[in-house]
Amino acid sequence: MFESILFPVLLLLGIAVFCAVLLTLAATFFAVKEDERAVAIRDCLPGANCGACGFSGCDGYAKALADGVSDKTNLCVPGGDKTAKEIAEILGVEAEDVVEKVAFVACNGTCDVVSKKYEYQGHKSCRTANMAYNGDRICNFACLGYGDCMTVCPQGAISIKNGVARVSPRKCIGCGICVRECPNGIIHLVNDTTRVVVECSNHDKGAVTRKACSNGCIGCMKCEKTCPNGAIKVKDNLATIDYSLCTGCGECAEVCPVGCIHVGSFICGAHF
Amino acid sequence: MLKELVLILMAGVLVNNYVLQQFLGICPFLGVSKKFDQASGMGIAVTFVMLCATAVTWPLYLLLEYLKLEYLQTIVFILVIAALVQFVEIVLKRFIPALHKSLGVYLPLITTNCAVLGVTINNITDGYNFLESMISSLGVGLGFLLAMVLFAGVRSRIENCPSPKCFKGVPITLVAASIVALAFFGFAGVVENLLA
Repeated sequence: MFESILFPVLLLLGIAVFCAVLLTLAATFFAVKEDERAVAIRDCLPGANCGACGFSGCDGYAKALADGVSDKTNLCVPGGDKTAKEIAEILGVEAEDVVEKVAFVACNGTCDVVSKKYEYQGHKSCRTANMAYNGDRICNFACLGYGDCMTVCPQGAISIKNGVARVSPRKCIGCGICVRECPNGIIHLVNDTTRVVVECSNHDKGAVTRKACSNGCIGCMKCEKTCPNGAIKVKDNLATIDYSLCTGCGECAEVCPVGCIHVGSFICGAHF
Repeated sequence: MLKELVLILMAGVLVNNYVLQQFLGICPFLGVSKKFDQASGMGIAVTFVMLCATAVTWPLYLLLEYLKLEYLQTIVFILVIAALVQFVEIVLKRFIPALHKSLGVYLPLITTNCAVLGVTINNITDGYNFLESMISSLGVGLGFLLAMVLFAGVRSRIENCPSPKCFKGVPITLVAASIVALAFFGFAGVVENLLA
């Protein structure tokens, strides 16, 4: 018993402990002094390593700020205004407001409105389902509903409700990992002050869209004609909102015959 | 004696090229062969780590053999190599920052590289003594460097070539890799006659 099991385990443990001690000693004695400001900045960043700032991670951003490579203190979207203020304090500069973002799934093709073209029985992942004729739903722009975005979300903010991914705006930190993960590219980052959204990504012609899903944008141009500010335009058979012009009046939502334009507020935690 | 060492070295570089003949260490081979300077950096780092790893694991195997625990070889080697690379990184950072900076992110990346583990284990299986093991590791490392550098050149050409849309990216890279590997088959049998 001792010979065959305990001894090898102890030996391995011994080697591991030896290595650990060696590494700890090395780390203590050979430690290189890092920029104190970088360490301080790193401490106030949220540590999600999401890359929303455009650097390799929180460490990369902290280093870039401390070395003066970047002077933007408001790049950390997950951290928000609080983090920006703290960073500005450390660097001794004026704090800038962070434009907080929310991920938004531009599809409302729930199980009861969009029909299937075949029965998919493969691996339950959007990426693999998408390889087989763009997934099992007739609409090629639809949320596939297997939750790849849900898996990668570091905040657990995404859930699949009735076959469509839904982001909880209260939990979402706006890191954009899900945006990069979605094989159909139907998740977008929008400012959390956004009041009106088009919940469809279908670029097919109206009749084709209508056949595939009763909630899809058919490109009828009613919204475009109604909008008092010219903020909503139908591009490639899909209503698209220019948020620099949109005032959030919601008139487009009232006239939309399929109800794919929704009005609400991410700040209040609306799911749309 | 010297002749044998040269043979071992050449075998490592050409005949038993780890990447192109034995298909070990494919992930860095495909991952960081996009640019010439990155590829050479990675190659040098791998050579360096292979030498360090062999210097440590060869005596360690003697200990395992003495204790009749040869079956622990793989796990012990992985553990020791990982710790060793971390240690080397800390020491380099402190004493030779320039080298640390040029090896950069590649050093920690190869802690669990299968080519490094492979060379240490193959040295044991082939029954090399300590000197032969070190030479063999050097050869394998240089072979890795050669493959990386060659392939970086090939890839930079591919980038500028109009390949069919369905072949763009990974597929054409893999096709190119297999052709380069085929070229290395030509070395089989050459080395034995090199010094005859």
